[in-house]
Amino acid sequence: MSGAFTKTMARNIFYGGSAFFIFIFIALTFDTVGALPERDHRENINEQVILGKRVWENNNCVGCHTLMGEGAYFAPELANVYNRFGNSKEAIIGFIKSRPVDGIPGRRSMPQFNLSDEELEGVAEFLKWTSEVDDANWPPNIQG
Amino acid sequence: MQYQSQMVAKPYFIAAIGLFIGQIIFGLIMGWQYVVGDFLFPEIPFNVARMVHTNLLIVWLLFGFMGASYYLVPEESETELYSPKLALALFWIFLVAGALTIVGYLAVPYATLAQVTGNELLPTMGREFLEQPTITKIGIVIVALGFLFNIAMTVLKGRKTTVSLVLLIGLTGLALLFLFSFYNPHNLVLDKMFWWYVVHLWVEGVWELILGAILAFVLIKTTGVDREVIEKWLYVIIAMTLITGILGTGHHFYWIGTPEYWQIIGSVFSALEPIPFFMMTVFAFNMVNQRRREHPNKAAVLWALGTAVMAFLGAGVWGFLHTLSPVNYYTHGSQITAAHGHMAFYGAYVMIVLTIISYAMPMMRGRAAANSEKAQVMEMWSFWLMTVAMVFITLFLTAAGILQIYMQRMGGDAAQPFMVVQENIALFYWLREGAGFVFLTGLILYVVSFFVGGEERKETA
Repeated sequence: MSGAFTKTMARNIFYGGSAFFIFIFIALTFDTVGALPERDHRENINEQVILGKRVWENNNCVGCHTLMGEGAYFAPELANVYNRFGNSKEAIIGFIKSRPVDGIPGRRSMPQFNLSDEELEGVAEFLKWTSEVDDANWPPNIQG
Repeated sequence: MQYQSQMVAKPYFIAAIGLFIGQIIFGLIMGWQYVVGDFLFPEIPFNVARMVHTNLLIVWLLFGFMGASYYLVPEESETELYSPKLALALFWIFLVAGALTIVGYLAVPYATLAQVTGNELLPTMGREFLEQPTITKIGIVIVALGFLFNIAMTVLKGRKTTVSLVLLIGLTGLALLFLFSFYNPHNLVLDKMFWWYVVHLWVEGVWELILGAILAFVLIKTTGVDREVIEKWLYVIIAMTLITGILGTGHHFYWIGTPEYWQIIGSVFSALEPIPFFMMTVFAFNMVNQRRREHPNKAAVLWALGTAVMAFLGAGVWGFLHTLSPVNYYTHGSQITAAHGHMAFYGAYVMIVLTIISYAMPMMRGRAAANSEKAQVMEMWSFWLMTVAMVFITLFLTAAGILQIYMQRMGGDAAQPFMVVQENIALFYWLREGAGFVFLTGLILYVVSFFVGGEERKETA
């Protein structure tokens, strides 16, 4: 890179290019935020879903599981677990409740979090709500 | 070393290496848990080990970036650091806060940590990479602001170079974007979307500016090539980084509830993201080939070239591998993501920090320019062991990922459940763990190389 192409020109491309794309990105951010209510069904976010998300966070569930493909890859995807468990909140609650305290010899096992009935109900509602978000038909199949 | 105040970088680099060791130990624990599921259960469940592994990485890289800034900004600005005392005070605050956070992760259940630290007042915890208690996050902001102030004041009172300016822009972006970590709405889709404004815009945005600036500094020093040439390259590289990387954020907006147009925008722009990394490789090799001096620190030059190559492979090639939306539909959230994450972080950010440490540490330890031949040979062995090990970790995870996708997400009714597939591909997790131990061997050699004495190597040309 020599000759006619100067450092000043390179600098101007950096500032001009960055400013332009930052502007586009901000515009798209507003457009996306405006389009989300159609897709995320936020009218269904009730107190239970809110509690469920807090339980999800406070127990660092994302440290093992993925949720909509984001998180750790140690345990199953949960954005569609509601569907995988036969559209049943009870199945989700039953699974979380029944985890052995000392694990399973030689195998991966979810810890026993000792959640209250209210918290269990919240998590199940949160996962049900998540399964209903329009996420462009991901994951590819029921196995997540 | 030209300015006494550059010495404050030393504790930062030492802390960085110490935390790096911790990160690798927890990486090995997790790798073991992948194949022996009940290892350390329930004392250290996988989620805790992972949180320690990733948070230690982030913290030690930040230590590295700060150390790099304290070292190179006085030299670039041709003046002493504005306040070495502030730099030292912030070092201890950051180290203690970081250590307490890690101890908190390990000592009590995460839910207890959330409760004790008052997460209910401003809930920010429990999101990937942003697991730190809210008070730790506030501490990070305070440290970052004090650090930025110190660096900016130094730049302002001295010579303003492109390298220090680009570094400052990168660091400012790092601090500002971190503020998005305090936004945690009840709506998961919004939460996920703005979470990426920290994570993506850090590692595929402003961190690349920091990387570019440090690399440019080391190349100026070790090759003796005209500063004008190097700075022109730097501008072109970071221009391409932001032109491709900002809208490249779209490759995270395919399947989280955001509109479908992101599949096109994200695919197109993130497919271009390897370009700045490729340019970085061409740049680094060109500058070393055109060198006007034979710098006695061969190890530092090796790390610099290694950074350029491995960043291109890890971030560029392995990123491109799964960035197009029709491909990502199948690869999203699989071991392919893990493969890419490992090599990209190692190649781009681990290696650039080790580059500046390799360049700066000998001088901070009282040598004219470089370590002894013997120490450098050992350091270069550690370079090859860690780098080759990381290549194999990436290859094994990629193989595991391909098989996982095939068994779990394709094949119609024959598709198998997650846990069944995990057992089917366990062989590759064993191989990955083996490569992990090779990595640890390299890391031990790296640390040992600091204690190898001998006659200092002199400039040959």
